[in-house]
Amino acid sequence: MLTLSHLTKRFDGVAALCDVSLSVAAGERVALLGHNGAGKSTLMKIVLGLIPHDEGTVEVLDTTPGSSRARDGVAYLPENVAFHPALSGREQIAHYLRLRGLPASGAMALLDRVGLGAAANRRIGTYSKGMRQRVGLAQALIGTPRLMVLDEPTSGLDPVSRRDFYAILDGLAAEGTAILLSSHALTEVEARTDRMVILSGGVIVAEGSMADLRRRATLPVRIVVTPSDIPCSTTTLLKALPGSEQEGEQVVLSCPQDEKLSVLVRIADLSDRIADIDIQPPSLEDIYSHYSRRAGQ
Amino acid sequence: MNRILSMAQTEFRIALRNRWVAVAVAMMALFSLVLSAAGSAPTGALGADRLSVVVASLTSLAVYLVPLVALLMSFDALAGEVERGTLPLLLTYPLSRSEILLGKLLAHVAVLAIALAAGYGLAALAAWIGDDRALAGIPALWRLFWSSMVLGAVFLGAGYALSALSRRPSGAAGLAIGLWLGLIVLYDLGLLAALVADDGGRFTTDIFPWAMLANPADAFRLFNLAASEATAAAAGLAGAASSIPAWAALTSLALWPFAALALAVAAFRRVTP
Repeated sequence: MLTLSHLTKRFDGVAALCDVSLSVAAGERVALLGHNGAGKSTLMKIVLGLIPHDEGTVEVLDTTPGSSRARDGVAYLPENVAFHPALSGREQIAHYLRLRGLPASGAMALLDRVGLGAAANRRIGTYSKGMRQRVGLAQALIGTPRLMVLDEPTSGLDPVSRRDFYAILDGLAAEGTAILLSSHALTEVEARTDRMVILSGGVIVAEGSMADLRRRATLPVRIVVTPSDIPCSTTTLLKALPGSEQEGEQVVLSCPQDEKLSVLVRIADLSDRIADIDIQPPSLEDIYSHYSRRAGQ
Repeated sequence: MNRILSMAQTEFRIALRNRWVAVAVAMMALFSLVLSAAGSAPTGALGADRLSVVVASLTSLAVYLVPLVALLMSFDALAGEVERGTLPLLLTYPLSRSEILLGKLLAHVAVLAIALAAGYGLAALAAWIGDDRALAGIPALWRLFWSSMVLGAVFLGAGYALSALSRRPSGAAGLAIGLWLGLIVLYDLGLLAALVADDGGRFTTDIFPWAMLANPADAFRLFNLAASEATAAAAGLAGAASSIPAWAALTSLALWPFAALALAVAAFRRVTP
């Protein structure tokens, strides 16, 4: 559906994307992660044919980006999507339907699907940010696109709407739509995408499923122990567990993934001194910043 | 074609909601009524019917007002989309940039048509009430109506071009006012000054007629005044160019909308969202 190979884009001599290769297959959901200015939006605009690229090749639906065949099959949701405030949601969606050669009568069904049915006849100027975002989603759903390019699609949505939104994406992916989305919300992306691509300074620094990335990052596990009898157990624990530190009333130590079991055995020996124990694997944010930092960001 | 029509329908709706239709209609109606009241005096002296005389006044009015209304409607057309951030999404839809412009043009020409019909219609009604022979002036009024639309299309196209070039509504507004001042006000003043300085020399005979034809507003004025003899009395600068035939003026006027739109498409193609 989408193939980028050795894509390079420069703005005034400064590389915004450098030797980026990436592909998204039919039915695959790929998340593009990165800081602001990492090149996510630029990559998306190149895929859509909105801006030209300098080197490498881009194939969208087996044709050139921005060609009328590519535009027929690609849906886009821009970051901070905007519409003319004087139009109602229904009129705006009806317009987009007609631009895709479909009957305008489908507008209500699309707005219902994103939960905007009740506000359909109000002007977009009166909508909240989340509602505008949902109008954006509704237009991206027009005509079951073969490739969806979504730039921070869930920004401004409440948690319930986010879940509904990912449910819609799951349905589309199951029907064979390829989805490329960017996001800052790592936790939601983890469960809802097949693959992640971390972009940093215009370069792909990591790519794979969350499990792959987690394994390859080899970040330490944090173990938080709550002593049963403060402060005398605390001192015992700090002495018995090398490398541990006191944080408030708790004793915290971190250890590499492969030493986790042996450390736990040692802690279990001290069970009479312990009220509770908590094991915290590296968070998504830790993993993300690990890969981003490695690239010198 | 459906895509262009959908674009036009949406743009027309926006013009309606933004009160552009109301403003344009009110402006044209007000000025037309004032003119037809003021222009009723010389009827008897000229021996022409009242409507023909009113058409002459309306021609002078249209030269100023039609380009102004057209530029006011068009300067925001692309710069506004850029500023609102609606352009990138629109450009990912399967319609070309010229289709976007054609759709906007269609809508804005329709707004202009409504405003002109209201203004000229009122003027005709007022003339007919004062003089039953006024029906003789209907062909002149019809000619004024459709040539005003062509003049409007020229300045709509020019407005789109300026809008695409500046990419910011404020910049586009400044350029539009500049274009209006230059082509409508200063151009004629300059020609007049040159005529006076030349005093019947080569400029007057060889260059001046072409200079009149080159400006769409002057071509519009020439066409309407040359085509209607009764209006010759009201002609100012155009009187000096009486040697220019109506067909030459019409050809210039008919070519200008295409030139302006081609310019707009070329400028729009260079806009990267």
